[in-house]
Amino acid sequence: MDEITSVFVTESREQLAALESALLQLEHNPGDDDTLNAIFRSAHTIKGGAGVIECTYIVSFTHVVENVLDTLRNREITLDADLIALLLACGDHMGQLLGVLEAGASAPDAELSAEGEALLQRLQAGKGASTQAPNTNPTAGTPAAFDALIESSGGGAVETDCWHISLRFGPDVLRNGLDPLNFLRYLGEIGHIERLETVADAMPVAAEMDAERCYLGFEISFSSTADKAAIERVFDFVRDECTLHILPPHSRLNDYFTLINALPEDLMRLGEILVRVGALTQHELDEGLSAQLAPLAGTAATDAAAPTQAPQIGEILVEQKVVQPELVAAAVARQKQVSENKAAEARLIRIPADKLDRLIDLVGELVIAGASVNLLASKSGSEALTEATSLTGRLVESIRDAALQLRMVQIGDTFNRFHRVVRDTSRDMGKEIELVISGGETELDKSMVEKLGDPLMHLVRNAMDHGLELPAVREASGKSARGRLELNAFHDSGSIVIEVVEDGAGLNRERILAKAIERGLVQAGQALTDAEIYNLIFEPGFSTAAQVTNISGRGVGMDVVRRNIQSLRGSIDVSSEPGKGSRFAIRLPLTLAIIDGFLVGVGEAAYVIPLDSVVECIELSAEGSERDYVNLRGEVLPLLRLRQLFGMEGELPSRQNVVVVHYAGSKSGIVVDQLLGEFQTVIKPLGSIFRHIKGIGGSTILGSGEVALILDVQALVQRCASKEAQHVPGAARALPTTSRS
Amino acid sequence: MAAQKDHDVDRITIGEDMTIYHAATQKQALIDALKASTRLEIDLSAVGEIDTAGFQLLVLVKREAQRLGKQAHIVAHSEAVRELLDFYNMAAEFGDPLLIPAAGA
Repeated sequence: MDEITSVFVTESREQLAALESALLQLEHNPGDDDTLNAIFRSAHTIKGGAGVIECTYIVSFTHVVENVLDTLRNREITLDADLIALLLACGDHMGQLLGVLEAGASAPDAELSAEGEALLQRLQAGKGASTQAPNTNPTAGTPAAFDALIESSGGGAVETDCWHISLRFGPDVLRNGLDPLNFLRYLGEIGHIERLETVADAMPVAAEMDAERCYLGFEISFSSTADKAAIERVFDFVRDECTLHILPPHSRLNDYFTLINALPEDLMRLGEILVRVGALTQHELDEGLSAQLAPLAGTAATDAAAPTQAPQIGEILVEQKVVQPELVAAAVARQKQVSENKAAEARLIRIPADKLDRLIDLVGELVIAGASVNLLASKSGSEALTEATSLTGRLVESIRDAALQLRMVQIGDTFNRFHRVVRDTSRDMGKEIELVISGGETELDKSMVEKLGDPLMHLVRNAMDHGLELPAVREASGKSARGRLELNAFHDSGSIVIEVVEDGAGLNRERILAKAIERGLVQAGQALTDAEIYNLIFEPGFSTAAQVTNISGRGVGMDVVRRNIQSLRGSIDVSSEPGKGSRFAIRLPLTLAIIDGFLVGVGEAAYVIPLDSVVECIELSAEGSERDYVNLRGEVLPLLRLRQLFGMEGELPSRQNVVVVHYAGSKSGIVVDQLLGEFQTVIKPLGSIFRHIKGIGGSTILGSGEVALILDVQALVQRCASKEAQHVPGAARALPTTSRS
Repeated sequence: MAAQKDHDVDRITIGEDMTIYHAATQKQALIDALKASTRLEIDLSAVGEIDTAGFQLLVLVKREAQRLGKQAHIVAHSEAVRELLDFYNMAAEFGDPLLIPAAGA
């Protein structure tokens, strides 16, 4: 695939996403013209791009969709739920066509084209039926309000008065193959050309006349129900090469004279033409002329000066008391905003992800190299050198943060995709579901966002299928008929938490337990906490759905979800309350590549604990050295001895330290020999043979070139908690392993 | 293109399409014919296709004739020419009799 095609595919996918979200918005707010325009623009952009890369099957499909959108915009047909569903399906189909293009096929396969045909037929059928409806599109309106008015007002009688279109074609249009005739004929298709006057005044005498240049202009009286934008669109292709003035029906006399002043021809001649076209009556012309001639006398000769001399349209409108100054100010502000948005878009650069990864890798190496320089500097004892390296160290740290920041994206886009899912699924299942999104601005690593899509989709579908009840059931249990599904994201102690929360029936504790016993996952008499039971649903092959639906319930879901999350060094927990709903919480590390670590020593070896999870460090008192817990300001703190855990030999040092770590609401103490301080840690993955070692999350290289293992705090804390639960049944209830934030 | 002289009336017949591809040569032919005559008759009955460039030539000839105090008339229109002049609303300005085919075409 060449570059232009891949850019087209990427951009079109963005446009499709915008189109989809706008359609969903429109569903809640059907009268919103801005949204409708946004949809039209998206479709139009895709079609235009497809035309550029000569992808005919996308052009032809999108063209029909665009036409329907256009009739929608012109209020010729009304938007209903069916049409939105159909348009959404069309959007999906366009996505598939893009896939075909991406795959390098020359045309979609038979099945896909049949699907496209069916969609187009439905579109056209809908359009045909609705256009039968009386089309009472008023073209009335004052000059100030016509744009909005024509698009937004629904009723009223059609006015007979006409638009006035004034056109001057540029000299090169003929040579460029853009015959004015074609545009005018096309204009005739969206309305009726009441009268057309050809203005050939610009044509010089024969000797100077170039037969291939265009010297023509036209004054047209045009009756149509189309809006100004639609009329302008007729001339889209020659927009750069023609001067186009459109005056809506009932424009004021002054507007006509502003137009006359802006045109190159002589005032009297134009006046005549306008009278002939029927735009003005003779009386109006005379009246206007007498008013105009006076100020024009000085500058009439220089035509070019006329447009600059004409006051700004806004001023005219205000002068004529057609609009309030505030309205103009608002409109100007809005236009400015639009252009600023465009500018912001232009400031974005697209970079291939692998270049970015390469940069991160290099920064990682830089951090390691920096650590080694640091070490040497402190050994050398030279103060100046130490100072210089500490400065470099700070800079390296900033570079690291900035480089990682490059990869961060907001999770909002991922969340927003679920609007569509929720809408479609709830419709299929006959449930009413409201999706509430919070924390969409929370940032996390791009590669993580990509891998998060599938697990989230699973959770959301599960929540809708199993969690939320049918409206009747909800009402019977005293809840509102409309179910609530929340997607939340927030930062919490060095990790990102993503929650899927619903207010449905909650997990069925007994059924899960029964199923787990049946599957041999737990023993019948085993003492389990609620949290442990709920988390059994993440075991392979576990599904409690009484019936398998096409949405979920095939029992291949939750264990895959958990595995996906774990592969991102994250964890997933579920908490639930009968009748109130359930909450799935995914915890993910902030980044995958480089972290701030806390370096500790045990015997000869060094270990890194992620700094974010470290709460405090305390000295292990002599009395506590034999027990597996200490009293931390009245709290029981379970201890974990790394020396024991990793089976290390050697003399106990005279003093041991405890690093207090927390994870997902639980605290534990890790007993180590030495505290070595903060350390920037570049995470290197462990080889696959070490994959099954619990408690180790990766490795890193120290400044001295030695390897240090990175502790997996989550696994260690959980190990502590479960060990405790085994020793003291019921104690784990006091230290829940799930977070309920 | 063919020009013939007959009682001070010169007649020029344009046989090919009056499109931009021929505009430059046709312009020269028309202007030359006008220079050589005081009363020019233009036969467009064989013009199969005419575009805006061709239309401009007709405007040019008419205007030149007026400027030089000569006469230029289109004496026969093909369907395409008639339709274009109608569309551009110039039939009246040109002032040439338009023969409407009996069949209504």
